[in-house]
Amino acid sequence: MTGSMDLPAKGGFSFDLCRRNNMLEKNGLKLPGFRKTGTTIVGLVFQDGVVLGADTRATEGPIVADKNCEKIHFMAPNIYCCGAGTAADTEAVTDMVSSQLQLHRYATGHESRVVTALTLLKSHLFRYQGHVSAALVLGGVDCTGPHLHTVYPHGSTDTLPFATMGSGSLAAMSVFESKYKEGLTREEGIQLVSDAICAGIFNDLGSGSNVDVCVITKGKTEYLRNHQLPNPRTYASSKGYSFTKGQTEVLSTKITPLKQKVEVTGGGDAMEE
Amino acid sequence: MVGKNCFAIASDRRLGVQLQTIATDFQRVFKIHDKLYIGLSGLATDAQTLWVFRILDSFWYQRLVFRHKLYQLREERDMKPETFASLVSALLYEKRFGPYFCQPVIAGLGDNDEPFICTMDCIGAKELAKDFVVSGTASESLYGACESMYKPNMEPEELFETISQALQASVDRDCLSGWGGYVLIV
Repeated sequence: MTGSMDLPAKGGFSFDLCRRNNMLEKNGLKLPGFRKTGTTIVGLVFQDGVVLGADTRATEGPIVADKNCEKIHFMAPNIYCCGAGTAADTEAVTDMVSSQLQLHRYATGHESRVVTALTLLKSHLFRYQGHVSAALVLGGVDCTGPHLHTVYPHGSTDTLPFATMGSGSLAAMSVFESKYKEGLTREEGIQLVSDAICAGIFNDLGSGSNVDVCVITKGKTEYLRNHQLPNPRTYASSKGYSFTKGQTEVLSTKITPLKQKVEVTGGGDAMEE
Repeated sequence: MVGKNCFAIASDRRLGVQLQTIATDFQRVFKIHDKLYIGLSGLATDAQTLWVFRILDSFWYQRLVFRHKLYQLREERDMKPETFASLVSALLYEKRFGPYFCQPVIAGLGDNDEPFICTMDCIGAKELAKDFVVSGTASESLYGACESMYKPNMEPEELFETISQALQASVDRDCLSGWGGYVLIV
């Protein structure tokens, strides 16, 4: 537990608690469940670029942990990535590759290419042999045109004109297979993506709440957060609960006023050499 | 729970091993700085836990205080809650394949006293919310209680009543929590 706390760790995963946890599991402790995203994520290529879509429900076992989470992650100004699987893994992997892409942009001076992000993601996921459980739909527009890829947790990738991932992927794929055609316009693309996500939301228990859409074209990206809200909360009573003061029995109270931070401004004397 | 320019963070006071209560005044909400608090719930599942490790992981907050003090020395200011949440998330994710058994709840006041709350699972998946976040053994009933009792833009006194009632209602339905609560309002 104490270990060496002198320096912050250098980075990467640290496995020092594994032996302790194995011992605990042998003694009957069950590992706490991770938050999964139990998701519907989709992407399609239209005539000017790529449209990505995702639902917004994050589940923890059977309980909805977050009704409005963000599953479309920023990778580069022209590349976005939707993530399904274990929430911590998708967030960590996309953040990490996003920073690597930024460093690469500084080094090369060019806009990031989608295949760069793809290679970084697949090599990281393959290195961990699927234990980093992140299934991603990666889309973007770069100098070579619009691209859409899917990345599986074990590191395999596909390049497709339309793709779905997550627990609601079958529901969404059925919509795509029936309605997709080449050369869709922007409005048709957004409509088709929203329909596919809604199919996932209403037919899959692990997906729900709202629809997020991201449209990437050459030179412009639009992130339509909560593009559709097909599950508004209509059952809340307008009066709500109101508790009068003193309803809760208080054993003791301690009030600590916070110290105000005083900024000293005004010209100080310039430092004399 | 978030109120109008304020937040409240509450925890129950029981510390137990399986069904045996060890302490009835266990402090789970820790101060990082004046406007930033973190609550650590050691997640007990239906199986039995070894209480030594559960307590040790709850004291993991000392590691966080250490990191915050380093930050304060370098930056000469307090950490913003969003930054702190990213720090906790990174520290938890580092142990992705051998995690700590704790689920933190972070609450703080950011720029312009904007309240910020978030919770994470034990490997650091951040969940930001605008209204309330919950964690612990009674989390399922806490979701229900907060969902019905929460109202936006509550003043501190009303916020106190609401969060206490929600906490008490939920822990009453959970054998592993109880013995009252600590509530901190900032």
